[in-house]
Amino acid sequence: HLSLRLSLYTHSFDEEEEEAKMFRNQYDTDVTTWSPTGRLFQVEYAMEAVKQGSAAIGLRSRSHVVLASVNKAQSELSSHQRKIFKVDDHIGVAIAGLTADGRVLSRYMRSESINHSFTYESPLPVGRLVVRLADKAQQVCTQRSWKRPYGVGLLVGGLDESGAHLYYNCPSGNYFEYQAFAIGSRSQAAKTYLERRFESFNESSREDLIKDAILAIRETLQGETLKSSLCTVSVLGVDEPFHFLDQDSIQKVIDTFEKVPEEEEDGGEAEAEAAAAPAEQGGAGDQDVAPMEM
Amino acid sequence: MTKQHANWSPYDNNGGTCVAIAGSDYCVIAADTRMSTGYSILTRDYSKIHKLADKAVLSSSGFQADVKALQKVLKSRHLVYQHQHNKQMSCPAMAQLLSNTLYFKRFFPYYAFNVLGGLDEQGKGCVFTYDAVGSYEKVGYSAQGSGSTLIMPFLDNQLKSPSPLLLPAQDAITPLSEPEAVDLVKTVFASATERDIYTGDKLEIMILKADGIRTEVMELRKD
Repeated sequence: HLSLRLSLYTHSFDEEEEEAKMFRNQYDTDVTTWSPTGRLFQVEYAMEAVKQGSAAIGLRSRSHVVLASVNKAQSELSSHQRKIFKVDDHIGVAIAGLTADGRVLSRYMRSESINHSFTYESPLPVGRLVVRLADKAQQVCTQRSWKRPYGVGLLVGGLDESGAHLYYNCPSGNYFEYQAFAIGSRSQAAKTYLERRFESFNESSREDLIKDAILAIRETLQGETLKSSLCTVSVLGVDEPFHFLDQDSIQKVIDTFEKVPEEEEDGGEAEAEAAAAPAEQGGAGDQDVAPMEM
Repeated sequence: MTKQHANWSPYDNNGGTCVAIAGSDYCVIAADTRMSTGYSILTRDYSKIHKLADKAVLSSSGFQADVKALQKVLKSRHLVYQHQHNKQMSCPAMAQLLSNTLYFKRFFPYYAFNVLGGLDEQGKGCVFTYDAVGSYEKVGYSAQGSGSTLIMPFLDNQLKSPSPLLLPAQDAITPLSEPEAVDLVKTVFASATERDIYTGDKLEIMILKADGIRTEVMELRKD
């Protein structure tokens, strides 16, 4: 069920808040140092890093999971960073935060999945994967003085014998299951949109689910015109292994609800699109993105 | 006092024969479907051909438990490759991987006699033939397994592979057309079945081309 980011600690008194802020700097050097109010500030700072990353969204129905992300490039000259990774035919992950950390964790997840398939000749159940990820990769890093928490939040979407699942893994080592969730910058706007609609997701068709994902992405853009080059969308489901949607498919969905702005700016838009198209071609298809990771 | 020898062996030979022929734009990989142990038949319907990648197909005779284990390792390694490089492994790349994997167990080898067939990066057929510890060579055609000694001389006669020592370097690809090569394979297996007790039952043929893989099955003598 949808819920806002769960705070590990609750504070009932404002005074405590003030005091905590005053002492914050004394207890936040080490991840292995508790604060007097029972908080691990390094872990909380790691969760802040997730909020700084560009948005990632996940939603699921009974039979499908859609992961979507916003393509934000550092500058006009560079290509955007890959934020959605295939872990296996039946599992995908979208990340927000330190993408380098995310790549490393994706590699770990892929390795776990392959090893499980090798030993048991069957696909790794999603729930098992997120537990291993939370315990081994994330929690451990909050309890060793020579390590630091991973600064990345992961939306793990997958399909197994018990159906479709969507999990969110925190840098703290906590994980939660969701019907739909959004992380990263301006994700609150997407979450508000999803909160209004999530009750219908379970029975949604694949197409409606994709449309909702793209609409949620639009919420995070806050005014910017939604173009297929700005987002990456991936789908997986029963009889449908994890794959990315190509630019044309995404644009078709956008066209169903963004007709008016397209017509008005036809002349200028077309030109800009043509120039942007060759550079962005690899975006959703992910064939031209340099295999820099691993 | 004579040395005591082990009365248990970790290996067994399940018999069978594998053949592959490379053409200009196709590759034919064939194997019989009989699995034996000693003088008994375990099953008449076991496939010795395994697709490793879109353009690479492995056929192995020998100890099928080792063959299965080897296939699993290669499949996992291929997945890792796909994650890292965002594409399927080419046949020459798979050939090298197979060689390395076999040599890795140099001192407790996979009892597997392999023939790897597929299409190279230019779309031409290629066949790689191996021994049990990974020594391999790119050839135009090859046979491995219990019937190989019966088949290989006949393929040499029909396909006459040029010597790798000749200059200029000549391709080992056969000029035969695809239907001709398939026909040759059927003939060759029919003959081997006559004299090799471990070869027979059914013949499974996989034809690899740029547009996909086609499979044919032919009956063989069951005695």
